[in-house]
Amino acid sequence: MNFVFPNETNVTWTVMIVLYPYITGLVAGAFIVSSLYHVFGRKDLKPVARFSLASAFVFLLFATLPLLIHLGHPERSFNIMITPNFTSAMAGFGFIYSAYLLLVVLEIWFVLRGDFIQRAQGKGPAALLCRLILLGNLRESEATRKADEKIARFLAGLGIPMACVLHGYVGFLFGSLKANPWWSTPLMFVIFIFSAIVSGISVLIFHYFVVSFINRWKVDQPCVKAMGKYLWGFMIIAVSLELLELLSIAYKQTEEWEVLSELVGSKLLVSYVILQFFVFSLIPFLMLGVASLFRLKDRAVNVLVWVAATMLLVQVLLMRWNVVVGGQLLSKSMRGFTSYFPGLFEKEGLVVAAIIFTLPFGILYVFHRIIHLFPGAEKKPGRS
Amino acid sequence: MSKNRINRRQVLRLLAAAPGLYLFGCGGADKKAVPGEAEKYDWNDHFWGYAIDTTRCIGCCACMRGCRAENDVPEGSFRTWVERYRVDSKGEVAVDVASAGDHVFSPLEGDVQKAFFVPKICNHCEKSVCSQVCPVGASYTTRDGVVLVDKERCIGCGYCVQACPYGTRFISPGNHLADKCTLCYHRITRGYEPACVLSCPKEARIFGDLKDPGSKLSVILRQGRFRLLRPEMGTHPKCYYLGLDKEVV
Repeated sequence: MNFVFPNETNVTWTVMIVLYPYITGLVAGAFIVSSLYHVFGRKDLKPVARFSLASAFVFLLFATLPLLIHLGHPERSFNIMITPNFTSAMAGFGFIYSAYLLLVVLEIWFVLRGDFIQRAQGKGPAALLCRLILLGNLRESEATRKADEKIARFLAGLGIPMACVLHGYVGFLFGSLKANPWWSTPLMFVIFIFSAIVSGISVLIFHYFVVSFINRWKVDQPCVKAMGKYLWGFMIIAVSLELLELLSIAYKQTEEWEVLSELVGSKLLVSYVILQFFVFSLIPFLMLGVASLFRLKDRAVNVLVWVAATMLLVQVLLMRWNVVVGGQLLSKSMRGFTSYFPGLFEKEGLVVAAIIFTLPFGILYVFHRIIHLFPGAEKKPGRS
Repeated sequence: MSKNRINRRQVLRLLAAAPGLYLFGCGGADKKAVPGEAEKYDWNDHFWGYAIDTTRCIGCCACMRGCRAENDVPEGSFRTWVERYRVDSKGEVAVDVASAGDHVFSPLEGDVQKAFFVPKICNHCEKSVCSQVCPVGASYTTRDGVVLVDKERCIGCGYCVQACPYGTRFISPGNHLADKCTLCYHRITRGYEPACVLSCPKEARIFGDLKDPGSKLSVILRQGRFRLLRPEMGTHPKCYYLGLDKEVV
């Protein structure tokens, strides 16, 4: 018989709290791709290195928006930094977020300083903005370039653990809640980091192909192949960890498994078992495997990688949904489940979520209009 | 409840709860009350606890009505509630709560071998996880052992709602703030008992000072057997259950 505590009939954390870890995941993942080039010297990722950094930055700008919309009293949001309760995992959010934002802004400043200087030479609002960003200092020499590069590399290196902290921390927020057996696992921290990297690489691939298609650019084939392989590797780790978590609970056959097995087998059967694992994990896994292991024509590789990346973007979103909402469907009475279906036009509904998710792409476009994010892109040869 | 403004619904609620409060305990409470005591109240002198004797509860839900009238709890949310457990001949357990609004249980039907009521309330845990996770310190434990929410500081993030293992917290739909049982702090600091305790006709709810060895609660805990809800959570609840069945979580 289904029984939930009377205060549990309404789900407290809904679409916005699904979107928040999703966006921070994109930030962390995109940043790590940029660092693979800037720190580890993966030259094959050079065509998207600048774009990935810019993506991390714009997604980071919007990472707090879903939280602010969710808060009952957003006007008090700064209390989290003014009067933090340090026994709370959530109290660290403001500091971690601010430190990371500062780091990304500084890295972008040092990586793109040369481009800003060039752009600042002209006239118009964009040039004025660039002069403002440069704080009026338009001098550039070999020595400044070297110094910028050195600092940018240092910041990129420092950014890797910080990206892991930013997103691992989000996983910790859930994993540390002992009242909820669906969340309470030390693996949550690691799962969130790897799924973040998967979503970050996926959004870059997705966007890179879309932008290239719109602008009729030739995609850089070694870059696509490298990203495809990274994506394949990281998705294997992420999905394995997710399965491992479930398997360990199932194998232990604890009291919690009685109710969790019902959750997985009924309430989350479609979104978790069928969609997240069978459709949006297994198929991309096979596609990326084929693209990585077999010699295929470039066009086939591109299609496989792009479709797999798009599917993995959905997979990670489903993962966030199944964690955040799935955990709340299970009653703390351990005797039943509640239900939730997102509304369309409400404050925390799907339309608002779609707008929030679209905004970073708009800002990226503006960014690209000021500073070319794909400097090496070549036009496709015209048909004669 | 606002002191200055009172609407018709609140008047009706008070009227509905008034006979219960009068008949089943107001007299007793008045003997304890010392007018003007709130100013003299020293929270270092007390450590409040609560016991529920499940063998005495008859499921009348007067406690729920008393709480709602006293604290203006929004409809659809609960600071306290009563669960009814029914066990059939196959050992299958069914649980329900009294209907919202009038708080009445439907009549028992079918194969029922055993049935009992279990009132629930915030456990005012000594190691309250809700206070631990509140990012701004709005949820806190007073020195006299009551877990409260500072309405001026709460940001309405809902983290405490997720963290409470007992499902006793909720985000109030009216003010979008975390809400929960306060043990009627405005009453107990004036020498009165919580509204749910006063409303109970069977004295199934027992409130008392754990620092006072002579209090009814201290005596019961010293002499009787009791159980805690979900002790494995390590929250050290201060709501002690007497005669609790193994089925109850």
